[in-house]
Parts: sequence; C-alpha cells; structure tokens
Amino acid sequence: MKSRRTAEEGQRRDRRTGVARASLVLLALGIATRGAFSQDTAKSPGVRIGLTYARGTRPGVIITPIAGVSGDSIRALISRDFDFGDRVQPVTPAGSALPTGALNYPLFAKLGAQAVVQATVTAAGSLHVAVHDIAAGRVMNVFDVALPPPIFGPEWRMAVHGVSDEAERVITEQRGIAQTRILYERDRALWIVDSDGANAHALQGTQAGLSPAWHPSGRYIAFCLLANDGQFIVVRDLLGGTAHRVNSRWASSNTPAFSPDGTTLVFASGSDGFDLYSVAAFGTEQPQRLTVNRGSVINQQPTFSPDGRRIAFQSDRSGHSEVYIMDADGTNAELLTTMAYGEDPKRTNPDWSPDGRKVAFQAQVNGSFQVLTINPRDRSVSNLTSEGRNEDPSWAPDGRHVVFTSTRSGAKQLWVLDVESARVRQLTHGDRARMAAWSPRLTSVK
Amino acid sequence: MQSFDRSVFALIAALTAASACRGKPAPAPGPAAPTSAPGPRVNQDSIDAARRTAEEARAKAAAAEEARRTAAMLSSVRAELVKTIYFDYDKDEIREDQRIALDAKVPILTANPSVRIRIAGHTDSRGSDEYNLALGQRRSAAAKRYLVSRGVPEGRIEVVSFGEERPAAQGDSEESWAKNRRDEFEIISGGDSLRVPR
Repeated sequence: MKSRRTAEEGQRRDRRTGVARASLVLLALGIATRGAFSQDTAKSPGVRIGLTYARGTRPGVIITPIAGVSGDSIRALISRDFDFGDRVQPVTPAGSALPTGALNYPLFAKLGAQAVVQATVTAAGSLHVAVHDIAAGRVMNVFDVALPPPIFGPEWRMAVHGVSDEAERVITEQRGIAQTRILYERDRALWIVDSDGANAHALQGTQAGLSPAWHPSGRYIAFCLLANDGQFIVVRDLLGGTAHRVNSRWASSNTPAFSPDGTTLVFASGSDGFDLYSVAAFGTEQPQRLTVNRGSVINQQPTFSPDGRRIAFQSDRSGHSEVYIMDADGTNAELLTTMAYGEDPKRTNPDWSPDGRKVAFQAQVNGSFQVLTINPRDRSVSNLTSEGRNEDPSWAPDGRHVVFTSTRSGAKQLWVLDVESARVRQLTHGDRARMAAWSPRLTSVK
Repeated sequence: MQSFDRSVFALIAALTAASACRGKPAPAPGPAAPTSAPGPRVNQDSIDAARRTAEEARAKAAAAEEARRTAAMLSSVRAELVKTIYFDYDKDEIREDQRIALDAKVPILTANPSVRIRIAGHTDSRGSDEYNLALGQRRSAAAKRYLVSRGVPEGRIEVVSFGEERPAAQGDSEESWAKNRRDEFEIISGGDSLRVPR
C-alpha cells in the first residue's frame, strides 16, 4: 500500500492541470464561476467544469433565475447542491441576466449547458420544476415539490435539497445526496448537520451519546449511551422524541447498526471481551449471540451489506485488530482485510458501501490512521486519505461520498470526500466533531 | 469567673458592713478583711472547676486524636482501595509493578464485606474511539479477575469502561498517555462504615 498513489495526491496533480484547462475553457466561453463554493479553498480552487476528470464527466447545468422573494436563495442552494454532489456542474453565465420566456436551446448549449433547470414558485408555495435536455431540445421531466414554511427554515431547506436531488436523478439517472443529514458526536452529545454543512445543532436527549447509527427509514437512530454505570444501546425516535434502552445481558454494549430492512439491530456487548448480538429493532426479545468469543476477544462495529445477508465487523481474534465478514446469522466468518505477520495496522471501523462494492475502514499507514476501502470480492485495497489523522468513515447513500473524521485542519472535524473525483470539503466547524453517520435519503419527492 | 468573684466580694462586703452597724464600733474595714475569711473556699471551687475542665478537655483531645488517627487510617485504607493502576499501550495485562496496588485492596475488601466497588477502565487516545471502549472494558475486567482470583467475591465488583472519553491528563505525549491508560476504583456502597483490616 505504501507504493500506492493515494487518491488525494492524484487529485492534487489532476487539479493542477485541470484548473489550467478549465480556466482556458471558461475564458473561451466567457464564463465566470461564482466564488460561493469556497469552503474547500485550501484543497480545491472550486473551478471545475465537466470533462475535467478522467474518471467521469459532469454535465454542465444552468439554473435559470427564479422569480419571487426566495427565488435567489433557492437558486443558490440548488447550485451549491450540484457543486457538492460532484455529478453535475453548475454553470453561471457571466454578467447579463439569462433570457426569459421560451428556452433558446442553442444559446444555452453555447453557454456550456447540457441541461437547464427551470423552476417557478407557485401561488401555493411549492416549486414547479422543469428539467430540459439541451442537446435534444426537449423537456426531460417536470415535477412539483412542496416547500414547507417558514421560508429558509430547516424543512424548507431540506425540500429544496430534494429538488436538487431529483434534478440530478433526471439528468444523470442517479439521485443526489443533498437531502440527507449527518449525525456525529460533539461536546458529549449527538449533533446533526445538513449535508451542506448548514443547520448544525445538538439533538435533545442524546447527552453522553456515542457511535450514532441511522435506521433505514431516517426516523430512528440508535446510539451508545456512556453512563457512569455502563454503556447502553438506546433507540430514539427523532419524530416523537421518545427513546428506549435495548435489552442486553451486560451493562456494556456499544456500536449499534440497523439491518437494511430496519427490522434488526446488531450491536457489540460483553463484560470482558465483546461479542456481536442481534435483536429485533423494536421488540422485547432477548438478543441472540452472533459471534462466539473466547476469553477477552473483541468483536464490534458491525455493518451490514446492502442486501442484509452479510455483516462486516472489527475483531482482534487473531491477536490484532482486523476487519472480518460473516453471514448475518453469525456463520461463515472470514478475514476480509489481508493480514501480514508482524504487522499490526489496527484495522477498525468498517462501513459497507450502499452499492455493496466496497467496505471503507481505517488502518494505520506510516504511523497514522488513514481511511481505506477494500473490495469484498477481489480484496483490492485503495487508500483514500493521506493528510493528518483520518478515521471512522461513513458512506453517503450514493456510495460515492464518504464522511470521516480528520485532523487535517487541526482539531478533529468531519470532512466529505468524493471517492471518484477525490474532491474534499470540510463539513463541520467549531468544537471537535467525530463519529459521523450519514443518513439515508430523508424524503422522497412527491 | 471574674464576675462571679466580684459579686461574692460585694455580698461579703455588704454583710460585714451590716454586722458592724449592729455591734460595737469596729475598726474601719481594711481592704484585706473581706477576702480573708471566705477566700480559701472560693479559690478551691475555682481550682476544682478548672481541673474538671482541663480533664474534660484532655479527654476530648484524646478522643479527637483517636478519631483523627482512625480517620487518617481509614482515609489511607480508602486511598489504598481506590488507588489507580496503570497499563501498557494497547494491553490489558496487569503489570508486575501494579500488582502491589491490587494486592493491597484484597485485605481491605475482606475486612469490609459490605463494601462494593466499581472498576472503570480507561485508555489513551491513540486507538479508534470505539475500540478503546472495548479495551477499557478489558482492563477493568482484568483487574476484577485478579481480585476474584485472590478471594474477593465476584458479586462485589462492577466493571465499566470509559475508553478514551474521560482522560486524566490532556495532551498527545507519552507522559499524558501513560496517565490515561488506567483502571480507576470507586466505592459504590458500604464506604461509610469502612473498617481497618487487622
């Protein structure tokens, strides 16, 4: 792995040439990009258009001006979502206002757009959206999204994120991830933040919470409560605000994970070593043991494959910490990460990608934790990070973005990495943040 | 005392004056006359009182000293019982040099069968946060195993882990890390009537 070129290094190299090329293209087209996406300035100048990356193209998209008091804000939000989503490239023609009325497809093509998003705020307060295919000269799709008041409130913003995600689906056939949130730990409580970094706040009733995990519905979360008399698994209803402790034999249980169908909760528990246990997510049955621990072996940090049939987890049964996989009933356990004798890179924190193709984890590389992925089929390993201490990856629902904890800017903060383009942005600011869990997509478009 | 003496003198002076009026003319009362007759008795009373007070004070001081000694002993017993032990990096084995601290707890626990303790395992911040929760648990379990192997009933020892969440020392140096890799001991019941082991 030492000789492997890290994705970030590659990105820096690509970006240097990419920026120069993009600047030339922009000059030729007379296009200026806005400086609104500068959260990531240290790493990325924020100036890129489609076709810059070898590994994929980003179709240019123009969002036409939206009338009404909230129009500019909606347009800016969607544009930033497109930028952060790394799938389509928002294009903002310089200077003059875009023509209104019927779309002049050849003109938009000349401005660098392969698609145009045209939105109007209706009298009822919802957003009517048309997505145009510029090359074909036709409307690809039309949809309406209700915008719950108050304007600029958290739910209003999430609804606008839903517009971005649906527009991305229409254009690229892959729904975006703007309408998601990330749970994390800060100041001995659980916090939640929108995928674009907005609206960060502590969740009530989660004091001393650690290791949050999402239910696939997005309505419930599970976490480890670190109390004075032990560690307990708590399941909390984000809508109703109610919470209950999960049965377990010992008052030391941690690292919960819901199965993809939402019926089962798996967690680690033990009085000396730790085993994995499975229990009905909302039942009162006794948990079933999945791993059989001898002595003080640790098995923890379960993560389900997207089909729910397999579980990856961390174990030190070999004498040092590695990632294993087994069937969801605890049978057929096997080592996933490759092990070399005399080496102890402390591989931990696996998270199975939603497309099933990769398991992200952390391991020590040259004395510091880095985030890597391993392909469960061919066991090929990729190194995603190299700067600072990076750990605890959690996949976005698109299987392409990863949120993780990094010390690259000093104290631990959450960062988001696009595995395909290797673009990174800082998600949280302020006090130390860690233990991120990316939500499923939170609302479907009506 | 002073005001008591003064009122006694005043009374005696008044009585002497009254009898002098009734009888023959007496010589003018000298200043020493009133104190000469009742003086010795009054002094004896105050000496007795003072002696009693001194005795009481001595007894009180002795009791206080005894209490202080017991308190000091109990406090040292308590300190032994809750004395922290330390671990090597990523290890949960009881270190040779930490056994004395654990051995010292055994007679105290034996002499105080109503005492229950909680062992809390802690780690430094180098491993993964969640792995450290498990490692801390292993450390507290290791100390419990040790005490149980020396005859302390299992039911009197609770174990918990705080991983790296509650460091004793801040900072990223071996000095801080070494202070954080530890088991802390807490008396959770029976601590009010602690007895010194014989």
